[in-house]
Amino acid sequence: MDAVLLARIQFALTIGFHYIFPPLTIGLGWMLFVYHTLYRKTQSPVYRQLAHFWTKMFAINFVVGVATGITMEFQFGTNWAAYSRFVGDIFGAPLAAEGVFAFFLESSFLGILVYGEKKVSKTVYWISSLMVALGATLSAFWIVVANSWQQTPAGYEVVDGRAVLTNFAEAVFNPSTVVRYLHVVAAALVVGTFFILGVSAWMVLKKKHGDFAKQSLKSAFIPCMVAIVIVMGVGHPHAIQVAETQPAKLAAFEGLWETQTNAPALLFGIPNAEEERTDFALEIPGGLSMLIDGTTTREVQGLKDFAPEDRPPLGITFFSFHSMVYLGVWFFLIAFGGFVLLKMGKLYENRLYLMAATLTVPLPFFANELGWIAAEVGRQPWVVYNELRTSNAISASVPPGQVLASIIMFTLIYALLFGVWWFLLKRQFNKGPESIESIKGEVE
Amino acid sequence: MLALQIIWFLLVGILIIGYAILDGFDLGVGFWHLFAKKKGERSAFIESIEPFWDGNEVWLLTGGGALFAAFPPVYATVFSGFYLALMLVLLGLILRAVAIEFRNKVDSPGWTKAWDYAFAFGSILPSILFGVAIGNVLRGLELNEIGDYTGGFFALLNPFSLLCGLVGLAMFAMHGALYLSMKLEGEIAADARRWASRAWMVFVVLFMVATIWGALGFFYNITAVPLVLALFAVLASVSSFVFNRAGRAVAAFVSSCETIVFTMLAVAAALFPYMVPCTNNPDWSLTINNSSSSQLTLTSMLVIALIGMPIVLAYTVFIHRVFKGKVEVREE
Ligand code: HDD
Ligand code: HEM
Ligand code: HEM
Repeated sequence: MDAVLLARIQFALTIGFHYIFPPLTIGLGWMLFVYHTLYRKTQSPVYRQLAHFWTKMFAINFVVGVATGITMEFQFGTNWAAYSRFVGDIFGAPLAAEGVFAFFLESSFLGILVYGEKKVSKTVYWISSLMVALGATLSAFWIVVANSWQQTPAGYEVVDGRAVLTNFAEAVFNPSTVVRYLHVVAAALVVGTFFILGVSAWMVLKKKHGDFAKQSLKSAFIPCMVAIVIVMGVGHPHAIQVAETQPAKLAAFEGLWETQTNAPALLFGIPNAEEERTDFALEIPGGLSMLIDGTTTREVQGLKDFAPEDRPPLGITFFSFHSMVYLGVWFFLIAFGGFVLLKMGKLYENRLYLMAATLTVPLPFFANELGWIAAEVGRQPWVVYNELRTSNAISASVPPGQVLASIIMFTLIYALLFGVWWFLLKRQFNKGPESIESIKGEVE
Repeated sequence: MLALQIIWFLLVGILIIGYAILDGFDLGVGFWHLFAKKKGERSAFIESIEPFWDGNEVWLLTGGGALFAAFPPVYATVFSGFYLALMLVLLGLILRAVAIEFRNKVDSPGWTKAWDYAFAFGSILPSILFGVAIGNVLRGLELNEIGDYTGGFFALLNPFSLLCGLVGLAMFAMHGALYLSMKLEGEIAADARRWASRAWMVFVVLFMVATIWGALGFFYNITAVPLVLALFAVLASVSSFVFNRAGRAVAAFVSSCETIVFTMLAVAAALFPYMVPCTNNPDWSLTINNSSSSQLTLTSMLVIALIGMPIVLAYTVFIHRVFKGKVEVREE
């Protein structure tokens, strides 16, 4: 098989699998901090139950995130040697910084959070929960810096066939870093908060763990609403940034063929790359121009403006982007709908809603993957936008057979990890929280 | 610029040494995991490393990141050149990570046993492969003009490098046994002391053979420095053996840390200023001069390191103090 394709499959597989876990780590991490803080303030045992129960879930997830993350750190050298030589002067620094500023922090304090409650003071324990959440969120920052630089490179010049840093701050805060970071962190909060929402809804539905389940469910609504509003709110400037820096990608997101002013926003359609048009289009006239610029006179470039070899793969880019946005709307309904039911006092009996909330648990994971797929496939055929093509970026010295062998190895071991992760989370779910009596016993 | 390049050569070296010392003990514990007779002992082994192993491994990750940032061509050449070997290292590291955390999550002998094997396998494999990698870098690699490795997988499995692999395994086994003797009590601590002595014997012999072979064969920088450092490594290991015999566990462990430091320094000195010597055309070798990042990158990274590393050291010490003291072996 084609060496470039194999390298891409391997990267997509390993990062796509890794990225199941970090968003839950980040999202749950902040929820743990909230529970620990509330417990500290109120001393109400239910917050301690919440903190401990979700910490156990968190720890299971965290390990798998770590185990799969190790692969990522080496992946650039193993499969993308030419890329590493081209970008190394800029790209390595954020990876190293991630280790220095984030991984050490997180791994040290997680040890205390999981194994050390009896060995440290209450305040140190509480601070540890903050440090763990902070560490996860910082690690996302540096990795997003690295990714954003390849999306919208800045602060460099190309000398002798490699990118050389000319301005550190410009490279770190390149045009897409800040907006991408906010979107990514908020999307991770969506994963964590809807996880608590849906899992608790399932407990209530199954009449498991009594009052604890209701408290847990109730505690998720406000965080869910905050998270989804931020994701959607940041999504809009994010799209504007894409329009300004990566017009071919935007055109693929929107299935837009002709360069035009008064460009329409597409609610639904099926892009047809062969015929160079979008079928079954349902459009808001002028919508896209309005969204980007606030006026209908804004000109938006269509795909026909780009040579066919410079266009991203259309179908994947288009559908992953649109599915992400549809899912966002669904999350909005679930969060706000549930909150209304709660306020009306009808939440715990509404089986339809509880069922819907339960089934929503996996969807934010999908939305996260789809968002990345839209962003990364939409960047093709470039690996560093407008500078280096993906086809020129792989490790020439690695025989395709070895890449294939490692793909098989990762598929098998990741399948195992996923199975174990699922099994242990379910076990924890069935076990439920520690009893109120045991907490009271300990406190006294 | 040269000063910066040397500083970064040393800093990457320090990260790798930090990794070898810290993860070295929990990799070694993984090796001895196979030898523990009772279930309670195995649980105590795990307990003794549980709060630390992830932080230890981050030294490797940060070392990898720092190598990428400071010497990108070296990162690209070595990691793509050692492709299959690295995939096996990853397999090992992934397995042991989940094994450590998951083995006691389910009360079933089969479950625990499976993860115990995964933990041992995942510890032994990387211990050997790290040594093999170092052996190959010391020998030099066959490269082309761009710096891509052209030698093929089986050329990596040469006798000298395999010997280095065994040196690595013996070193971590010794280090891990000394760690256990420091962290545990009673019968099992006595076992660990015996293990440490045996591992030490294997280590000194293999290490001296490898040093002489290397010095006669292919050290690129034949001065007395690497040999003196290697001698220090041997002396440090002897003192760790003596302390261990005398039952002074902490002093023995510290000496074993020194052994690792001197061993790695000897490797670095044998290479300097090369990072990857090229066997077929010396001009294509990767050196600290022709392979470093730009001055601006090295400077920015230095700022990051100077801000970050003291903080890292502070909470590494902090967490070791929180979990200081002996781990109990419980009947299970
Ligand atoms: C630090 C850099 C970085 C980061 C944070 C991410 N990626 Fe990425 N991604 C790359 C660096 C990269 C890359 C190395 O540059 C690839 C390999 C081939 C390519 O074109 O870009 C890539 C490709 C790539 C592809 C294949 C695209 C194609 O070949 O058509 C997918 C599906 C993803 N990534 C998905 C993700 C996901 C789910 C991420 C969330 C964690 C993610 N990426 C973060
Ligand atoms: C190619 C890109 C990536 C690389 C090289 C990478 C690297 C790593 C590594 C090495 C670990 C394990 C750290 C440990 O041992 O503690 C890890 C875990 C993690 N990563 Fe990734 N990662 C990538 C993508 C991402 C993205 C996009 C995010 C978030 C937006 C992310 C956030 C995290 C988090 C939160 C963890 C959980 C555990 C931890 O931080 O230790 N990673 N990653
Ligand atoms: C509903 C409105 C939403 C809008 C308008 C929106 C907008 C965008 C845009 C324009 C991108 C592409 C950026 C690029 O190509 O560089 C993107 C990427 C992404 N989206 Fe969304 N999004 C929305 C909802 C969501 C939801 C609900 C999630 C997950 C819970 C999510 C997660 C992501 C992720 C993880 C990425 C990839 C990283 C990035 O480039 O930021 N998005 N989003």
